[in-house]
Amino acid sequence: MTSILKVNGLTKQFGGLVAVNDVSFDVQPNEILSVIGPNGAGKSTIFKLISSFLRPTRGEVLFQGERISGLAPHIVARKGVVRTFQETTIFKGLTARDSVIVAHHLRSRASLIGYYFETGLARRDEEAFGSSSDEILEFLGLGEVKNEIASNLPHGHLRALGIAIGLAANPQVLLLDEPFAGMNHEETRRAVELVRAVRERGVTVLLVEHDMAAVMKISDRIVVINFGSKIAEGAPAQIQKNDRVIEAYLGVEDQSIGL
Amino acid sequence: MFRPLRLAALAVFVLVVFLAVPLAIKAAGRTDFYYTLSSVALLAIASSGVWLMFHIGRINIGQGAFALMGGYVSAILVTSAGFSFWLSLPLAGLFCAAVSILIGLPILRLRGVYFAMVTLVLTEVARLLALALPITNGAKGITSIPAPGAIGAFGVTLVPAFDTFAERNLAFYYLSTIMMTLCFAALYRLVHSRIGKLFVAMQQNEELASSMGINVPAMRILAYAISSFLGGLAGAIFIAIAQSIYPSSFTVNDSVNFMLNCFVGGLGHVFGPMLGTLVLYFGWDLLFAIGQYQLLIYSGVMVLLMLVLPNGLLSIRLPSRRGARK
Repeated sequence: MTSILKVNGLTKQFGGLVAVNDVSFDVQPNEILSVIGPNGAGKSTIFKLISSFLRPTRGEVLFQGERISGLAPHIVARKGVVRTFQETTIFKGLTARDSVIVAHHLRSRASLIGYYFETGLARRDEEAFGSSSDEILEFLGLGEVKNEIASNLPHGHLRALGIAIGLAANPQVLLLDEPFAGMNHEETRRAVELVRAVRERGVTVLLVEHDMAAVMKISDRIVVINFGSKIAEGAPAQIQKNDRVIEAYLGVEDQSIGL
Repeated sequence: MFRPLRLAALAVFVLVVFLAVPLAIKAAGRTDFYYTLSSVALLAIASSGVWLMFHIGRINIGQGAFALMGGYVSAILVTSAGFSFWLSLPLAGLFCAAVSILIGLPILRLRGVYFAMVTLVLTEVARLLALALPITNGAKGITSIPAPGAIGAFGVTLVPAFDTFAERNLAFYYLSTIMMTLCFAALYRLVHSRIGKLFVAMQQNEELASSMGINVPAMRILAYAISSFLGGLAGAIFIAIAQSIYPSSFTVNDSVNFMLNCFVGGLGHVFGPMLGTLVLYFGWDLLFAIGQYQLLIYSGVMVLLMLVLPNGLLSIRLPSRRGARK
């Protein structure tokens, strides 16, 4: 199977600090791959490098064989690699529905001028965005709160809204930034179901996460990062047994994963 | 989009501005108000550009630069190149838009107070340029700019030359208010189209907006170009009324006022700058009677207004606008 996303010798230096050091891994189509590691290991930096919010010092990211490092973030999104943010990053003043409608930007067929003069094409776009937004919001369990202003929504809903915004862009690869952070067991269980359902839609999911229990449950494969370098890669069962991982990460927090 | 209430409001606006006000001025014999209200209309146009920048989350304190630039472009085209005022008007706007694209490319990366500071400097740069460039005639400025001529098509005179009017300022009053109506209508449409939604998305979070594929840098430039176009347009008409332009025709003070007009009227509504300009312009004049304490009281009221009504005057009657709009 050819990989959909290829991370090749990715290195990022901030001044003297090497945040990410020669990290390589492949993401297969339609899999759920998690990038984990202790705080400050460089996970978020990898995330930003893949979505092109940062430029790598060395190395590159290939999407379907094409280099996307160094392109503007909106171009990368246009190609099909879309990132979500942690819950605080939403359009606070918009309703949930309006946020998702705006997020359909990449599916617009009418030009900006077309939207200004409300041509037939623009009107058809708006209708399609509206019904597609309703469908996505329903799918993520936000149907009841879709006309609420986003800043009034509780945590769990915000997380789902973030995913909804990501899905609206019709991604092939969806990057989820700590989708389970700060959730209780029940919320996490539901969020795990959500991410699985997203994969069922044919979307490849790459997530950065702290919550070990959730990661073990959800991931097809896991990449472990410590001090900016990849120390392990494999299925959850292999990772749980990997000595270097236990030493670097799990050994310290053994309670949290119930080892 | 055209609900009965909105149509009624539009009808009232048109009747008041184009009929009731001129009639009242005529009855009262206070023809100086033609000039005053023309100024308000033009300042409102310039302020509306600043408002659009607020709409994408940028504080623009540089609109005076583009008003001055638009004024000079029109004045030079009319006096030196022999252009008709009517042709110089859109050219002034387009020139300002083009310049704002060049300036905007680097400075629109800045946010918050940093963008505000750079734009504040722009007004001063424009004034110094006007002083230094040979084409603007330095501190002497450009004077005796002819009044707008006639517009005709196929031998029919659509708009007579302004000099033929018995009350020249009435003609300018109509020119200014018609332009204001057109500009605000265009802006209203912009803000309520999908483009407006994209602007709001950018205002709320540029990273998130670009992560969903919105070309944020290009959209920022678009907003800035429209904003500067409006500034240039207003400046050009202003200079036609004054028939002269100097480097000090628009100063940092004006730039700050354009921004205050938006604050006072309300950032949440397109018509905020229109109301804000009217209130502030007359508020300042009314306080003139107080003499030396004019500025003190004016500033005090401004501070109070921002504390009590952070969303501007238009927020008073709109307690649940978001809910009602759906």
